[in-house]
Parts: sequence; C-alpha cells; structure tokens
Amino acid sequence: MKFGVVVFPGSNCDRDMQHVLQNVMGQKTVMLWHKDHDLQGCDFIVLPGGFSYGDYLRSGAIARFSPIMQEVMEFADKGGFVMGICNGFQILTEATLLPGALLHNDSRKFICKNTYLRCETDESLLTSKMRVGQVIKVPIAHGEGKFFADEATIQSIEKNDQVLFRYCDVSGNTGDAFNPNGATNHIAGVCNSQRNVFGMMPHPERASEGILSNTDGRIIFESILNMAEVRIRN
Amino acid sequence: MKFTASITIMPLKALLDPQGKAVTSSMKNLGLPEIDNVRIGKHVTLELESGNRDEASKKVDEACKKLLANPIMEYYEFQLEEVK
Repeated sequence: MKFGVVVFPGSNCDRDMQHVLQNVMGQKTVMLWHKDHDLQGCDFIVLPGGFSYGDYLRSGAIARFSPIMQEVMEFADKGGFVMGICNGFQILTEATLLPGALLHNDSRKFICKNTYLRCETDESLLTSKMRVGQVIKVPIAHGEGKFFADEATIQSIEKNDQVLFRYCDVSGNTGDAFNPNGATNHIAGVCNSQRNVFGMMPHPERASEGILSNTDGRIIFESILNMAEVRIRN
Repeated sequence: MKFTASITIMPLKALLDPQGKAVTSSMKNLGLPEIDNVRIGKHVTLELESGNRDEASKKVDEACKKLLANPIMEYYEFQLEEVK
C-alpha cells in the first residue's frame, strides 16, 4: 500500500507519521508538498497534525485552500482513503469532507496528555482489527479539539455509525471527567457517511512503538493495512 | 469603484465562548462586576474594486461564506463603504 503524507507550512507531525508508516509498518510512504497537484498514485492520503498556516483565522481554514487539497477532495469524492490527525482533522472539517467543526477546548487550555479512547465501531478501515468497546491509550495535543456539530448532524452521525472513538476512562466509561475538551457526545474521531474519510484528534503516530512506552495506537495502522489487504484479495 | 468592507465575525450565540467567559470573570476581578456576557469574535477589514455596490456586496458575502467565517460555529455581518 502506498501512503502519501501532505506537508503544509506549519505541519509538525508529518515526519512522525512518515516514520511510523514507513519504518514501523513497512509501507511505501511519500511526502506530498501542499503546493503540488499530484497525489503520486497513493492509495491512502494522510493530513498530519501541526499548525498549518499558523492556525491563522481558524485551525485548518487556510490549509483547506492549499493547491493539493483540490486533488485530495477529488480523490475522496471518488472513494479514496483520506485520514486527518489533529490539525488534519480540522482541515477535513473545514473542507467539509467530514461533518462538524473543532472548537476551542472548553478549558481554553492547550492540552497535551494521554487519553483513553473507546472504539465505537469495527465497521471502519481505522478500527477493523478492534472490537467495539475496546479501550486504547493515545495522546492528544490540541487547543481546538472540541468536536461540535448541530443536533441534526450529531444525530445522523450517531445513527449512521460514523463515530469511531469516544473519550473515556481506562475501563471504557464515558463522562465529563474523561472528556478533555468538551466534545459533543465525547466524540474523539469520526468518519464520513461513505466511510472513506476519517478524522481523529488523538495522535496514534505518537503511540506506535515500544521505545515510546505505548504501542496502543499501532492497532489503528494495523487495521488500515488489514482491511486494505482484505479488499485487495477480494 | 473602490469599496472597503468592515466585517464582524462572532461565535454563534448558542455556543460557549471560552475566551469571552474568561474575560467576563476577569471583569469581576478588576472591579467591574456589572459587566457580563463578554463575547469575543473577529473584526476584518478589506478593500475591493467592483463595478457597483451590489456586486461588491456579493463578493464580500462569498469571502465570508467560503473562508472568513465557518457557519457551523460563527455568524457574520458586514458594512460596505465606497471609497471616494
């Protein structure tokens, strides 16, 4: 599988993502400069975390108009796989490839810490090797990560099984005490209704190697490869 | 014709504005407890060339809709003035 990691001015998790995809997961990975118009035949596009365009105006608002986003949007419209982590998630909501928006954390603080995530569906590329209810520990690092959408949108996301992860405690219980940013329904990650575009605020690429004392995030990358292989076999 | 637009972008009324909330509480600390419900948005000014006022208004509206404001979290209003 060939992965492409888009580099925007201000991206800062792009190399971590490349390292995990290439060196940990053993996948061919190329970096895609935001000014280019070529996805280089990639099967899977990642929009990494960071502070694209310095978070000017709103997080992700300006990156969404970067030249390469035109190709990313066409790729997604045709069913291509796109995943946004943290700032990448913000960009995907600004591009309306994913529902909702990411607001300032309720606390107004930038929060950098480990969170527990409960898997909400195994019917997605990102969670195909997980079981519903499984809890993993993955760090967050954001100031604007409060997932928000109007009530009708939230209802449709919930009804269509588009919630991938919710913030929870170590045993999988949700509650305001375990919700770091005030996200609606404790939502940490979602997919679109066609289930080919994914976004999550936590950083699995920071939790995929033993040397970092946390390999919980690795199951997300294993899930991607697992389901992609199943699709190729069939 | 040259116009200037003065655009105000505010968080939707139904949404918590953590920034405004923090400033509201500091008003009490500095001895102005009468001040309540501070809400903080953005003010944007821009200039544009346009054949007439209607066309200018449409362009500014488009800029607000597509980039300057996100309707999921914000609303906007603007005033246009012709530069003479």
